[in-house]
Amino acid sequence: MAGLSFDLIALQLFAGLALGAIYVLFAIGLSLIFGMLTVVNFAHGAFYMVGAYAGIYILMLGGNFWICLIAVPLAVGLFGLAVERILIRPLYGRGIDYPLLLTFGLSYVMVELVRIAFGKTGFPFDTPEVLQGAVNIGVGYFPLYRLFVIGATAAVLLALWLFLEKTSFGLIIRAGARDPQIVRVLGVNVARVWLIVFGIGTAIAAFAGLLAAPLQGVSPEMGGTILAEAFVVTVVGGMGSIGGAVLAGVLVGVVVSMTSLFAPEMAKVSIFALMAVVLIVRPQGFFGRAGLMS
Amino acid sequence: MTKKNKQSESISRRRLLTTVSAGAALAASPFRVNLLQAQEAAIKIGFPVPLTGPYGAEAQDQVRAAQVAVSQFNDGGGLDGRKAELIVRDDKLNPGEAATRTLELVEKEKVSFVVGSLSAAVQLAVNNVTKERGIIFNSISQSDAINEAADFSKYTFHEALNPHLTSGAVGRYAFPKFGKKVAFLTADYAYGHEMVRGFLEVGKAFNIENLGDIRHPLGTTDYSTLLPRLLALKPDILCICNFGRDQQISLKQATDFGVKKTTQIIAPLLTQASRVAAGPQAYDGVIGGSSFYWGLEDKFASTKTFNEAFRKMYDGKLPTDYGALGYGGVRTILAAVKNAGSVDSDKVIAALEALKYDFYKGPQYYRKCDHQSVQSVLVIQSKSKDLRNESDVFEIISTEEPNEAGLRSCEELGHKA
Repeated sequence: MAGLSFDLIALQLFAGLALGAIYVLFAIGLSLIFGMLTVVNFAHGAFYMVGAYAGIYILMLGGNFWICLIAVPLAVGLFGLAVERILIRPLYGRGIDYPLLLTFGLSYVMVELVRIAFGKTGFPFDTPEVLQGAVNIGVGYFPLYRLFVIGATAAVLLALWLFLEKTSFGLIIRAGARDPQIVRVLGVNVARVWLIVFGIGTAIAAFAGLLAAPLQGVSPEMGGTILAEAFVVTVVGGMGSIGGAVLAGVLVGVVVSMTSLFAPEMAKVSIFALMAVVLIVRPQGFFGRAGLMS
Repeated sequence: MTKKNKQSESISRRRLLTTVSAGAALAASPFRVNLLQAQEAAIKIGFPVPLTGPYGAEAQDQVRAAQVAVSQFNDGGGLDGRKAELIVRDDKLNPGEAATRTLELVEKEKVSFVVGSLSAAVQLAVNNVTKERGIIFNSISQSDAINEAADFSKYTFHEALNPHLTSGAVGRYAFPKFGKKVAFLTADYAYGHEMVRGFLEVGKAFNIENLGDIRHPLGTTDYSTLLPRLLALKPDILCICNFGRDQQISLKQATDFGVKKTTQIIAPLLTQASRVAAGPQAYDGVIGGSSFYWGLEDKFASTKTFNEAFRKMYDGKLPTDYGALGYGGVRTILAAVKNAGSVDSDKVIAALEALKYDFYKGPQYYRKCDHQSVQSVLVIQSKSKDLRNESDVFEIISTEEPNEAGLRSCEELGHKA
């Protein structure tokens, strides 16, 4: 196919960055929970899906998109707290596969419950009016809403960074991740820290699902496809490293985008090819700590 | 250890006693006779469709409408009192799953007929199972391959349109109107490939220029990396050859990218379920083909009758295109059963071949050589204004009347006269 211009390549690169922002947003919740709790949360995709459905529900009640942006992470985060307290907590200290299996099963239960409550068909989710349409970004037109998603991702990252690095509670979380025993000896209630981390992780997943809804609509299966991609991002970035997830998410987005330009059939495979190459060169991923899984 | 052994022994003895006594009670009761009779009497129709997954919305409509055909048959007295029964299975849009479920329907449920499938690829897997076992299969989703001699058998019928016919009708409408430069966005499997082939075939007559065919895997959720490339090609017409949720998401994102400002989007097939699931915004102005639209009731009494029956069964809801296919697929089989006075495959095949029917969309018949239903093709456009009811989503802008000339010839398909 002819017609490769500089503008097209630049626009394609930008599309990759935008896609990367979505991957990042989805992967940081996963990475946060794994890094702090060593829980491989297979229900992350289900929380993402529940976030989108919570948005639908709030809209049905007469709310708008901006209310959803606040209410959805709060509501699903609370649900996440309950899941951690009731289901995950009894499994700490039992090996990594216990919570993995539990969350895997939980994801099936959540998807089925949503199918029962909202039907199997799925819902349309209109882009909020002020964010509709495409704007000229210098090299071509790009949907305004996708620019908004990049901004929202940056805001979440900034808030998370400030919380973890600049607050005393963040300090406790980081210490708890390094050595929970010492933190406990110092008189800190580690169980409460883990509870809150899990809640934040699921709240971010729900936020991502809500932001994805205007891009692709809402369906019970929407968490399934993105979960695989998010795991690739987390593994490439290094399990448990938030900075790694950011770098890897953007990288995966750009790789997918550039492969799409030259060989669209290979786009999906390219993600896994990238993962294979990274794992051969650096088995723990970009910023992963070796031995975290063992 | 010994204690444990003893315990399991006593449980098994108790279970044995329970089973035996329950069996004895069942054997003695008159209920058992009824059960056996019912099993012998029902005419079972297996119905494998992808209830879950990206085509779920359409599949559920197929089931609903098929139930209408079954209940009409039963209300009409069945076959000398023998009632029909629909046995639905989820094929998960997976050829392997579909083959397993079909095998189970044939071997375990002892169905006499199979109607269903909602994928060009999956129906071939179902067809392979049914043709080997001499069971009639009426496919209700699009495929070109199923007409071809290599996949066809005398047990194979095809109530749905096929890609050659559908893309032909849409192409003949759109190419002279909107321009010659055409780009494709295609789902990378049999359905997409067959549709593109059909468009290019009909496009020859209009000298269209193929700017490029960008393929995406089935079940893609993000098209943002494919759309800049398509826009850069500057096509007059963008032809989106995918289906179900893929179509919903790609149309939504194409709208977001502003494709519609410069380009007419066409699709081989627009379905009502997808249009409703994605909302009016995404589909606004898009043109495509269809086998059925409830609005045909202004033209055909059969459509009106079908709409009424469906409304009555489902709280005033109107049937959709793929739903109508589920109805047609089952209704034709049951009509043939009645005409043949038997469920014997060979007799029903003869009755189906002889059938000239108008059950829901005007006159139709099965062509002798490939059992393709010869029928009209509608060209429709999605609208977002002046909607009379929640099902009022399309406008019929052109109709191709039933004509074998729109199909590939029997020789082309490899059938001997």
